[in-house]
Amino acid sequence: MSQKANLKNSGYLRVKNIDKSFGSFRALKNVSFQADRGELISVLGPSGCGKTTLLRVVAGLEKQDSGEVFVGDRDLSNYPISKRNVGIVFQSYALFPNLTARQNIAYGLKTRKLKKSEIDRKVDALLQLTGLKGLGRRYPAQLSGGQQQRVALSRAIAVSPDILLLDEPLSALDAKVRVMLRLEIRQLQQRLGVTTIMVTHDQEEALTMADRILVMDQGKLVQEGTPHEIYEHPATPFVASFIGSMNFIGNAVKQDQGVYKVGEHILHVSGENGSAQIKEQSGAILAIRPENVMILPNEEGRANVIKAQVEAIEYRGAMFRVGLKLPLGGDTKVLIESDMPSEKISRLNISENMVIPVHFPTDRLRVYQA
Amino acid sequence: MIKTTIAAIDTEKWIRYTMILMVCIWLAVVVVLPLFQLLSKSVVDLEGNFVGIANFIHYFKTPSLFNSFGNSLFVSVMTTIFSVTLGFLYAYALTRTNLPYKNFFNAIAMMLLFSPTLLNGITLVYLFGRKGLVTLGFFGAIPGWNIELYGPVGIIISEVIFTFPQAVLILSVALRMTDARLYEAADSMGASGFQTFITVTLPGIKYGLLSSVLVCFILAFTDFGAPKVVGGNYNILATDIYKQVIGQQNFIMGAVVSVVLLIPTVIAFIMDRIVQRKQVSMIAAKSVPLQPKINRFKDRLFLIFCGFISLVIMGFFATALFASLVKVWPYNLNLSLDHYNFNRMGGGGYSAFFNSIKMSFYSAVVGTAISFTSAYLIEKSRGMPLMRQAAYFLSILPLALPGLVIGLAYIFFFNTTSWNILGFYLPNPLNSLYGTMAILVLSNVVHFYTVSFLTATTALKQLDREFETVSESMSVPFYKTFFKVTMPVCLPAILEIGIYYFVNSMATVSAVIFLYSADIPLAAVAVANMDDAGDIAPACAMSVLIVLTNVVVRVGYGLVTKGIRARTEKWLSK
Repeated sequence: MSQKANLKNSGYLRVKNIDKSFGSFRALKNVSFQADRGELISVLGPSGCGKTTLLRVVAGLEKQDSGEVFVGDRDLSNYPISKRNVGIVFQSYALFPNLTARQNIAYGLKTRKLKKSEIDRKVDALLQLTGLKGLGRRYPAQLSGGQQQRVALSRAIAVSPDILLLDEPLSALDAKVRVMLRLEIRQLQQRLGVTTIMVTHDQEEALTMADRILVMDQGKLVQEGTPHEIYEHPATPFVASFIGSMNFIGNAVKQDQGVYKVGEHILHVSGENGSAQIKEQSGAILAIRPENVMILPNEEGRANVIKAQVEAIEYRGAMFRVGLKLPLGGDTKVLIESDMPSEKISRLNISENMVIPVHFPTDRLRVYQA
Repeated sequence: MIKTTIAAIDTEKWIRYTMILMVCIWLAVVVVLPLFQLLSKSVVDLEGNFVGIANFIHYFKTPSLFNSFGNSLFVSVMTTIFSVTLGFLYAYALTRTNLPYKNFFNAIAMMLLFSPTLLNGITLVYLFGRKGLVTLGFFGAIPGWNIELYGPVGIIISEVIFTFPQAVLILSVALRMTDARLYEAADSMGASGFQTFITVTLPGIKYGLLSSVLVCFILAFTDFGAPKVVGGNYNILATDIYKQVIGQQNFIMGAVVSVVLLIPTVIAFIMDRIVQRKQVSMIAAKSVPLQPKINRFKDRLFLIFCGFISLVIMGFFATALFASLVKVWPYNLNLSLDHYNFNRMGGGGYSAFFNSIKMSFYSAVVGTAISFTSAYLIEKSRGMPLMRQAAYFLSILPLALPGLVIGLAYIFFFNTTSWNILGFYLPNPLNSLYGTMAILVLSNVVHFYTVSFLTATTALKQLDREFETVSESMSVPFYKTFFKVTMPVCLPAILEIGIYYFVNSMATVSAVIFLYSADIPLAAVAVANMDDAGDIAPACAMSVLIVLTNVVVRVGYGLVTKGIRARTEKWLSK
């Protein structure tokens, strides 16, 4: 019994091999993914990567050229949006300006042949749930951006959708309201247990809210995983640079398993970290995040330490970002960045043009095929 | 599996698809087919045999006919030069100077929009005709001045009065759009006022200027009312069509002249569409509104200019009103309402007036419903790009058609009892409309369709694109959202369209003069007929009634809808 329920819950939404072109432009190239029941999946990517098209295909607003969409055991591939039972929140919210918050939320319930008292009860519950109590009689223009967002969300979940679709739901809001609503939407979604697809170009939004992230680029799904997996083990240089910051050191050559020659230096990389498929003596790109680049004044001569010159020191509030020029032998130099707490900068008395030893922890280096 | 197939049918999409198809069919029937019928009449002889361009060769070889073409071009070009020049100065004063009482000056210019061109002609007769106020030197008070009204002079003055408010409207919009930062930049580089005007002002409004030139040209080129009254023996294309059809019953030549009238009009129309598209792309950029600097000399100069124009306009309306109230112009200047008693006159009198009100009301209701719904279907549907483009094109087309052409095309189309298509006789199901109120309403609906359609489209574009999507996702049928959201939010635009239809249907004479029947006389047609019969005072009185009705309707509308407009503004404020 429990196993059967489990089966139903995993892979609740299944999107298989979706292709979609607009004229000669291929917006989606063989995209597949699954979402478990109650999961929040964030589709992340730069503008034009196909993430909104993917959402519209799931919603039934665009017809895929090929591929299938399943929810539970229903094949929705050819269904129009009105028969898919999805709730949708747009970037603009699309609240009906001539209807009050209450009327907006009740809009979809009216056609469902519910009793008026039933509708009222449901709307009251939703207003309560989304912290809009007492604002039901206001028109959208009389509400703040955050409140409008909550009305739009309430309206979408009022009809008890199987899938909730959020298209850049927070991008029209101030930074502060955004941070607050991030948490609220996440809590509400978990409470209702509604399977949710959220499209965003904001990596922070995706990292903080999603159970899993799908990263898209040029119509292709390039990586999927938990926020932690995506950040710690980005599958490609694109993912690495799109989510957070990443330093790249090109022109590395693989010497042996876990040993790379960079100019006149040798860097060791522990664990697999993506280096397994690279053949010996072939080119590779090493990558490391700024927060993992260490400055160690007294540990010259240790493994994975290279002397670098401080190019620039940029104040960033809680920390400094230090620009470092890394000599690789001859005239070749590579610029990398290191994030350091303010306290460390003053303790080590770091200033521009100083030459300091820089340490690349072996377990923090990632390797990509050149 | 069958269940799946049925559920997959997007009923809504099919309803919309069908409705857009119906829009296309409707426009094809009321615009394309009649137009086609008109064009085909121009290439046949009296027996109906195809003769190619023989009729046109005959037309261009007959000086009495062909001269009108040059005459029409001449009066239209002259009108355009005067109208755009005056309109530019007036619009400049309204937008770029510190003119006092701007609202008043604007309202005065817009008053002219209510005046049917027939009234322009009649009023000019009272001012500059053989017994005109100016010709007689204000009844002998000062030396008289005969400007030789009948002919090109009269036509050009009438058309300038007719097109002036249009030029002011278009140019005010263009002048308002300019970016203040460009002027600050010019100032900072030490450009003189004249240099700034040449390098910043003119380039900024070039599309508006071009558009106003084309619009004034089209209006003057196709107008029928004024030349009918003050044209005298000076023939132009519009009056030729009327004379060929009504005077000589030569429908073939009427069709030929219509085509000759249509060609320059369509060219100007296409140019205007291109220009307007470019103008739209200019607005898209962010700009800072210009705050006119105080310049005593310039401000005073423009005050004198606008004051003078306003006085002329007010004098013009005052003359019309006065002439309609004077017992026997110019011999007995006692006031009376005699001329408003139309019983002894031809033309239908008050029954014509009330028919016009009825017709205008029907045209407003039907025209608004159709143009708004079509605009909604075209603007707010997803997919079917080709059908929507076709429907859009057909909706724009009527703007290129002069009223006379519509009227004549409708005679040909609706008067035909059956068509012979490759030997098969196809009866015309619409033939029964001929000579009814319905065909009058239909001609108005089509005549004023495009402007209404574009007004509706603009209003609909301001609504969030996703209203429809959101409703669909909640399985709410689209027509529910149309009635509960789209219509209420667009109500001000809808009412505006209704008023536009009413006011124009009241005043128009060109299309309906071919289509009215003796049992359904109309006010504007009565004006033309009474003027024809020499009963110029009652004609003037009837025109004044038309103008008054329109002013009352417009002002009443403004008062009644004040609340609605305020409410909508509150909804849409961000």
